[in-house]
Amino acid sequence: MAMFKNITIGQYIPGSSIIHRLDPRTKILSTMFLIISLFLVDSFWGYGLIGLGIILVIRASEIPWKFVLRGLKPLFVILLLTVSLHLFMTEGEPIFQIWFLKVTREGVIRGLMMGFRLILLVVGTSLLTLTTSPINLTDGIESLLKPGKKIGIPAHELAMMMTIALRFIPTLLEETEKIMKAQMARGADFQSGGIIQRAKSLIPLLVPLFVNAFRRADDLAVAMEARGYRGGEGRTKFRELHFSKIDVIAIAIVAVSSVVVSILF
Amino acid sequence: MAKAALTDVSITIDDGEFVGLIGHTGSGKSTLIQHFNGLLLPTKGRVFVDGVDLTNRETKLRMIRQKVGMVFQYPEHQLFGETILEDVGFGPRNMGLSEAEVITRVKDALALVGFDYEAVKDRSPFELSGGQRRRVAIAGVLAMRPSVLILDEPTAGLDPEGREEILDEIKALHHKWGITVILVTHSMEDVARLVDRIVVMEKGTIALDGTPVEVFREVERLEAMGLGVPQITELMHELKKHGLHVNTDILSVEQAEEEIIRVLELRDHGNV
Repeated sequence: MAMFKNITIGQYIPGSSIIHRLDPRTKILSTMFLIISLFLVDSFWGYGLIGLGIILVIRASEIPWKFVLRGLKPLFVILLLTVSLHLFMTEGEPIFQIWFLKVTREGVIRGLMMGFRLILLVVGTSLLTLTTSPINLTDGIESLLKPGKKIGIPAHELAMMMTIALRFIPTLLEETEKIMKAQMARGADFQSGGIIQRAKSLIPLLVPLFVNAFRRADDLAVAMEARGYRGGEGRTKFRELHFSKIDVIAIAIVAVSSVVVSILF
Repeated sequence: MAKAALTDVSITIDDGEFVGLIGHTGSGKSTLIQHFNGLLLPTKGRVFVDGVDLTNRETKLRMIRQKVGMVFQYPEHQLFGETILEDVGFGPRNMGLSEAEVITRVKDALALVGFDYEAVKDRSPFELSGGQRRRVAIAGVLAMRPSVLILDEPTAGLDPEGREEILDEIKALHHKWGITVILVTHSMEDVARLVDRIVVMEKGTIALDGTPVEVFREVERLEAMGLGVPQITELMHELKKHGLHVNTDILSVEQAEEEIIRVLELRDHGNV
């Protein structure tokens, strides 16, 4: 029953590199620049340059390569599908044909580009979660969303919800394991049978899980109120975010280079 | 490598025994009992239930789990049925019994924990109070008619009345049905009152194993483990320390009363 033991929540790897020490807002904004430029760039040169930038950041973050590349594993099927779809479905100058599958020159180019785009997208964004703790990440998001309050974005509430959700993932997993064991002790079988049978067998697991989650949410709400929580208005922070000189430099580098790369390529 | 949760545990529990399993939090009690019905399998070593080896791949663990009923901590947190009938009948239904047989078993199991089947069968288990809900959850395990019943802290978080009810029912089950009961608890009083044999776990291994009288003689060892002895036994040990020569193998207030009167009379007699 150790199936839940090896799920890591978030993939944060603690460290003290320059990338780790950057303000989370810097990293979030940089990631957004990265995403936008990845969608604007349309040539191998552009992807090459962005890839080079990402490699430099990975080196600076001191995160081992295998952790960075591990994020690509679940993506493998999607990657394969995307590349082959582009490979076979693009009209253009045919290179060769297997039965009804026609591979074209344009298809090869499209497919490879899409592949690079996806890989860079995943590696780039996972750098954010690899070097930023979930708590810092939510703090950063809250701070960035603050200006949106005027148009009705509940920044603090969203961040609080994220924090609570993150906090309770391990608790819920533990609880799931416990309830599964209890129902197995009563002869429940979660592993065999067809799809319908399996879905049905989940009821004795899901009902108590939800009941307990609601009970826990209620308890938590009362406990928070008892400690004086009343929303984000006027709430001070234990960990204040500070933009340092490095952050300004980092943001400037990322912004300028993504604009340049996006325009040129 | 992770630290082994249990090491060098060798224990035999006979049919019809009432065993109390005590130990500090994290001493491996819960891990140990989960080996008894195959929810956990040992990485090394073997577990037998009625001569069947649980570590054998051929063994049908579902059959073992019907034989060895397990009531987890806070069992009321595992209720899911829309009605009490559905929830208590979950185990028997999983055994593939006929509907009529399921109903008979649900009826019997509910009666054992003090409910009237007709009155509660269509009610939602979530309407009940905490103590009642727990009894329904225990009925859900009893409905499988196990020959061994394992209870992990069945009285945790209940009020005194709820505790008494549950403990009395467990005691009755043991006496009437001759079920083998393994009771995990933190309460030395409960253990002293109910069980024939106490197994004390410490750091993933068995530290003491014997009758309550034998185990509670080891006051110092128990205290070193962060455990204790029943209050009344402690009282007798204190009296002895202060010079009253009482027998300290005492587990109940009644026994203590007799013993103190006996010793006092003997002393007065000696003085005359």
